[in-house]
Amino acid sequence: MGGLSVAGAFAPVDQHYLLQARQMQALSFAVHIPLVCFGIAFPVMVLFVEWLGHRTGDRLYLTLARRWTKVMAALFGVGVITGTVLSFEMGLLWPNFTGTFGSVFGVGFAIEGFSFFLEAIFIGIYVYGWGRLSPRWHLASGIPIVLTGFTGSLMVIAVDAWMNHPSGFRLHDGKVVDVHPFKALFENSYLWHELVHMYVAGYIVTGFIVAGWYAFCRLRRSGPPTRYERTALVVPLTIAALAAPLQILVGDWAARDVATTQPIKLAAIEGLYKTTRGAPEHILGWYTDNQLKYGIEIPHLLSILSFHSWNAAVQGLDSVPPGLRPPVNVVHWAFQIMVGIGTMLAVLGVVYLAIWIWKKRLPESIWFYRALVVAGPLAVVALISGWVVTEVGRQPWVVYGVMRTDAAVTGAHGIPVGYGALAASYVVIACGLGWVLRRLARAPLDVPVETPAELQAA
Amino acid sequence: MLLQSIPLVFVLAGLALYVVLGGADFGAGFWQLFAGRGERGERVREFAHRSMGPVWEANHVWLIFVLTVFWTAYPTAFGSIASTLAVVLFIALLGILFRGATYAFRAGASTDRELGRIDTIFSFSSILTPFALGAAVGGIATNRVPVGNAADHLFSSWLHPTSIFIGVLAVASCAYLSAVYLAADAARDGDHALEREFRLRALGAGVLAGVIAVGGIFIVNADYHTLFHSLLSGRALAAVIASFVVGLVTLMLVYGRRYEPARYCGAVAVAAIVAGWALARWPTILPGLTVDQAAAGHDTLVWVIACVLGGGVILFPSLALLFRLALAGRFQSTESNAADEIARPLHAIRPGLVARLAVALLIAGFGLLNIANAEWAHAVGIVCLFCVVVLGFRAIVFSALGEDAALK
Repeated sequence: MGGLSVAGAFAPVDQHYLLQARQMQALSFAVHIPLVCFGIAFPVMVLFVEWLGHRTGDRLYLTLARRWTKVMAALFGVGVITGTVLSFEMGLLWPNFTGTFGSVFGVGFAIEGFSFFLEAIFIGIYVYGWGRLSPRWHLASGIPIVLTGFTGSLMVIAVDAWMNHPSGFRLHDGKVVDVHPFKALFENSYLWHELVHMYVAGYIVTGFIVAGWYAFCRLRRSGPPTRYERTALVVPLTIAALAAPLQILVGDWAARDVATTQPIKLAAIEGLYKTTRGAPEHILGWYTDNQLKYGIEIPHLLSILSFHSWNAAVQGLDSVPPGLRPPVNVVHWAFQIMVGIGTMLAVLGVVYLAIWIWKKRLPESIWFYRALVVAGPLAVVALISGWVVTEVGRQPWVVYGVMRTDAAVTGAHGIPVGYGALAASYVVIACGLGWVLRRLARAPLDVPVETPAELQAA
Repeated sequence: MLLQSIPLVFVLAGLALYVVLGGADFGAGFWQLFAGRGERGERVREFAHRSMGPVWEANHVWLIFVLTVFWTAYPTAFGSIASTLAVVLFIALLGILFRGATYAFRAGASTDRELGRIDTIFSFSSILTPFALGAAVGGIATNRVPVGNAADHLFSSWLHPTSIFIGVLAVASCAYLSAVYLAADAARDGDHALEREFRLRALGAGVLAGVIAVGGIFIVNADYHTLFHSLLSGRALAAVIASFVVGLVTLMLVYGRRYEPARYCGAVAVAAIVAGWALARWPTILPGLTVDQAAAGHDTLVWVIACVLGGGVILFPSLALLFRLALAGRFQSTESNAADEIARPLHAIRPGLVARLAVALLIAGFGLLNIANAEWAHAVGIVCLFCVVVLGFRAIVFSALGEDAALK
C-alpha cells in the first residue's frame, strides 16, 4: 500500500463530480440490494409453501403460494432493471476501472449473467406455469430459481471481495499483466464471509418484511388471525427469527477477516487513530480531532474480538497518510447502525423462539407485533449500512491498495444531471411498485379462511 | 488471433439475438402505441402484452450477456465506448428502466384508464430504447468513438445523420419483427381477426424498414464515406446482399401467411446485417485498436470462452423449454390449479431429539466459526449453523401448521 496506485488504461481525467458519481452508484446499490434479498430468499419461501400445499392437499397453501408468486414476479421485474442500471454504470461511471481490470474480474459477471439468464427463464416458466404445468413440474421449475439466486450472489460478491482483497494479477508499468481470473475470484479468502453474511441478510430482510406486513394486517383489524394469516406470518417469521441470531456469529467472523486483511477499514469502523495494544471498543461516539469522543468505552474488547487476545496490537488510522483514510464518521456510524439493528432483530428472533420452546405457541403480546412491523424497514436500513461499511470503508480505493476511486471515474460531463434523472426515475418507480403491491394485497382471497376457533367450533 | 476473436463472435451473436428476440419485445411496445382506439385497439394491445409477458426478462438478458462478455474480453474498448457514448447509453438505460417497470406495474392495473396510462409509458420507452441503442451503434460504426476515457464529444459522437438513421432503422426493424411474431401467435391461437391486423402491420413495417435501409445507404455515403465503401465491398457486400434478399423472402412469406418460416427468415436477415457490419470493420474495434490489441490476456479469454460454452449448454435447453411453452400457447389456458389428491398430514418431529441435536450443532458451530481460526473450521462451522436453522424451521413450522391442520 501507499504509493503504488495505478493510473489505469486511460490517461487521468479531471472529474469535478466524483462525489456525485459515488453517490449515484450508492443510490443504485441501495435500491437494488433489498430486491436482491427477495431474489435470494423469497423463492425458497414460495416453493416451501407450494410444496406444503401439494403435500397436505390443503388449497390454502396453494393460494398463499400463488399470491406470493405475483409479488415475487413484480419484485423480480423491478430487480432486473435496477440490476441493469448497475451493469451500465460499470461503464458509464467507472470506465477506467472496468477498462483496466475488466479482464480480471469480468468473468465473475459473465457467469453471473448466465445465472441471471436462467433465473429469468425459470421465473417466466414458474410465474406463467401456475395452473398450466403439472404440480410436480411446476414445483421443479422453481428449483433453478433458488439455485441461480445463490450462484448470482456468489459471483457478484466474488467481484466485490476481489475489489476489497485483490489478487490474481501483476502490475507491470501500470498495466495489468499475468491475469488469472479463477485465482482472483474464487481463491480469495475474503469471498466466503462476505457471501455468507449477505446470504443470511437476504433471509433476515425478506423474512422480517413479509412477516412485518402480516403483523401490520393483524394489528389493523380486530379478531383472531385466520389460518391464512397465521401461515403467512409463521413461515417468514420463523426463518428470520432463526437467521437473525445466526448473523451475529457470522458478523464476528467477518470482522476478524477485516481486522487482518483491511486494518484501515477496521480502524475507521472503530475510529481508532493510534495503533494501540489492548485496544478498547467504542459504542456510539463521534470522531473528531483524531479521536473518538463521547463514546462508551469497553477496555480491551476490540483486541479480544479482532484477534482473540487481551493485548493484541490493532493498527490505527495514523499508520497511513491522511489521503488514504476513509471518511471515519460515515463508516463508524454505519457500523453502529448495522450492529445495533442487527442485535435488536436477533433479540426479537430469540423472543419468538423462546416462546415457541417454552409455551408452544405464537407470541400474543401486541408489542411483539408492533416490533415486527418496524423490524422489516429496520432490517433494510441495517443491510444498507452494512454495505456502506464495506464500500465506503474501502475508500479512497476502488481496488484496495491498487487503484484509487478518483482514477477510476469517467471523464464525461454531466454526472449531476444523470444522478438527478436516475433519482427522479427511482422515486417514480418506487411509488409505482408500492401501488402495485397494495393492489395485489387487496385482491380478494379465493379460498375460505377460518380462524382456528371457528374450526374448533365446526 | 483466433482466440482473440472468439469472444467477439459471441458478443456479435448475442447482439443479433438481442435484436431478434429483445427487439420483438420493443416492437410490441411500438404496436401498443399504434393499436388504434376502441375495442379493436384494446385487443391488439392486450395480445401484444400477453405474448411478451413470459419472455421479456429472458430476452432482455441478452443485453447483459453482451455487456459482460465485452467488458471482460475487450476492457479498454468497453471503457472507451461507455464513456464517450455515456449520454446516449444513459438515455437507453432510462428507456429500459421504465419499460421494465411498466411490465411489473401492469400486474396491479384494474381499469382501462390505468392500463392505458401504463401502456403509454411502456410504448414510448419501447421506442426510445432501440433508437438510442441504434444511435450508439452509429457512433461506433462511424469511428466517432476514439480510445480513451470520454475522449470525444458526448453529443456529436451520436447526434449525426448515420446514428439517427441507424436508430430509426432499429425502431422500424423491431416493429417489423414484432408484427411477424404476433401474427404467428395469433394464427396459432386461431384468431383470424388479430392475425389480419398484425399481418397488415408486418407488411407495412417491412416495406418501410426496407425503404429506410436503402435510403440510409445514401445518408451513410454523405456522412461517412468510409463506412459506405467498406459495407459495399468484399465479404461485407455479400452479407448486405444476403440480408436484403432474405428480408424480401420474409416479406413474401408473411404475404403468403407462412409465419413460422417468416419468423426464422426475419432473424437471419438481422443476423446477416450484424455480420456485414462486423466484416466491414474487421479487424478494427475502435480507431487504431485492433481486436488483437483490445483483447484481454490468454487466461481470461480461455475462461470467457469456457464460461460461454458451458453456460450455453445449460442455457439453450432452458431457453428452448421456455419458448416451447410460450410459443405452443401453453401459458394461455387458464384452468385452475387443484391440489394433489395424495394428501398427508404434517407430522411434528420428536421435539426432544431435535432440540438436543440442534443445541449440539449450535455449540459445535459456534466453536468452529467463532473460536477456531482455521478456514476449514469456519466452513464446517457454517454448515453446522445452517443445519440448526433447517432443523429449527422444520420443528417450528410443522408443529405450528400441523396444529391448524389437526383442527381442520
